Amino acid sequence: MKPIYHIGRYFMLLKRVFSKPENFRVYFNQFLYEINSLGIGSLGLIAIISIFMGGVITIQSAYNFTSPFIPRYAIGLGTRESIVLEFSPTIVSLILAGKVGSNIASEIGTMRISEQIDALEIMGINSAGYLIRPKILAAMFINPFLITISMFLGVFGGFLFGVFSGACDAEKYIFGIQSFFIPYNIVYALTKTVVFAFVITSVSAYHGYYTSGGALEVGKASTKSVVYNSILILIINLIITKLMLV
Amino acid sequence: MIEIKNINKTFGDRHVVKDVSFTFEAGKTNLIIGESGCGKTTVLKLMVGLHAIDSGEILYSGENFAAMKQKEQQVVRKEIGMLFQGGALFDSQTLEENVRFPLDMFTTLSKEEKTDRVNFCLERVQLTGRNKLYPAELSGGMKKRAALARAIANNPKYLFCDEPNSGLDPKTSIIIDELISDITKEYNITTIIVTHDMNSVIQIGENIMFVYKGQNWWKGDKTKILNSDNKELFDFVFASDFMKQFFGK
Repeated sequence: MKPIYHIGRYFMLLKRVFSKPENFRVYFNQFLYEINSLGIGSLGLIAIISIFMGGVITIQSAYNFTSPFIPRYAIGLGTRESIVLEFSPTIVSLILAGKVGSNIASEIGTMRISEQIDALEIMGINSAGYLIRPKILAAMFINPFLITISMFLGVFGGFLFGVFSGACDAEKYIFGIQSFFIPYNIVYALTKTVVFAFVITSVSAYHGYYTSGGALEVGKASTKSVVYNSILILIINLIITKLMLV
Repeated sequence: MIEIKNINKTFGDRHVVKDVSFTFEAGKTNLIIGESGCGKTTVLKLMVGLHAIDSGEILYSGENFAAMKQKEQQVVRKEIGMLFQGGALFDSQTLEENVRFPLDMFTTLSKEEKTDRVNFCLERVQLTGRNKLYPAELSGGMKKRAALARAIANNPKYLFCDEPNSGLDPKTSIIIDELISDITKEYNITTIIVTHDMNSVIQIGENIMFVYKGQNWWKGDKTKILNSDNKELFDFVFASDFMKQFFGK
């Protein structure tokens, strides 16, 4: 019965999160703050990971595409498709589930145990709406930009490390990344990104919001949020892929 | 004025608050006292709706708070200021932002008017010029005073204080007590303080409820408390040898 209890409580929380705000201007300021905190704050990590992973994907593709029947530009093509379809939207979202998700759960959890959430409630503020809604909306807004940047940097990283390591030719790589481009793949990737952003922020916030006890429980909430987010992202990834690509 | 009538609260099989009734008067410092774990903080949390009561009535100026819908409770809560045991200041905000927060949320004051109000509140709690400090940079006493400034920022009708002196030295405790008492008189606020600090009781206790094992065991004021023949109250008040010797008991 416990999963049903949590699912029910999660949706009850979402109902409170999306009820009418007390003051639109204050909420909008929070939204802008969260864009900076959750989005811009993750840019450095995403950039580093994307460049290096792009390089690894390219080198691995070159290592595997040994058949003379496979043209060399397929390395660029394969790298682009791997990054656009899976690495940037899914793997980067998994990384964000670790970074942003644990951050949200521990921040809100600490606010809970230090009575800051009670303080909001007593002021007559819908604490769930004030704390969680700006985070959800900010992540759903900024993550598609982050993932798009990740795509470009991943493909660029592939070029950089592929060419300098001698795994592929610059000309053929560039030809490869320009070939057989399907715009719908971007729609698919960004759809996944927005859904994952919602999951990461709302599930983490749920775990933080219902923390009780002390520092140990905040740590547990943070860990739980990462675990549940990761599992949910993988399941939802499969569902969206089936719905949109097959 | 706030009245509580026959309120009860159970957590699992523990009956924590048993049929408690009391009237908290406006313009007075109303104290809820008792041993640790007797249920006094629970009574406070029931009164502000952080826990739901099992039965009874909580009347804010005659309106039953416990029977209100969440939206209606939020309206009443806008008239409440609360000083939490740990201060509960928002870590990510400066002192000024903390005090300004209820003003930003619920008033249509101009930026200048808000700044004036924030400075007035900080001056009132003797924190002038500390506007840009973060809660982590404040001492325990300063945190309590800052939280008090935030609690009074929006001119509350009701002020709740959960153990305002806990963890403070005697001198700072007296400052906090005097501040709360002065503010109560100045703005005719209904102030409810949960404490087990006997100095506070003797200094500012105008209307006192002694809670024992979840029940309202005794009521009176600071003059009556020292001469009460209630055994449990006597044991609580004169727990230390110093108190017994000082008052010749």
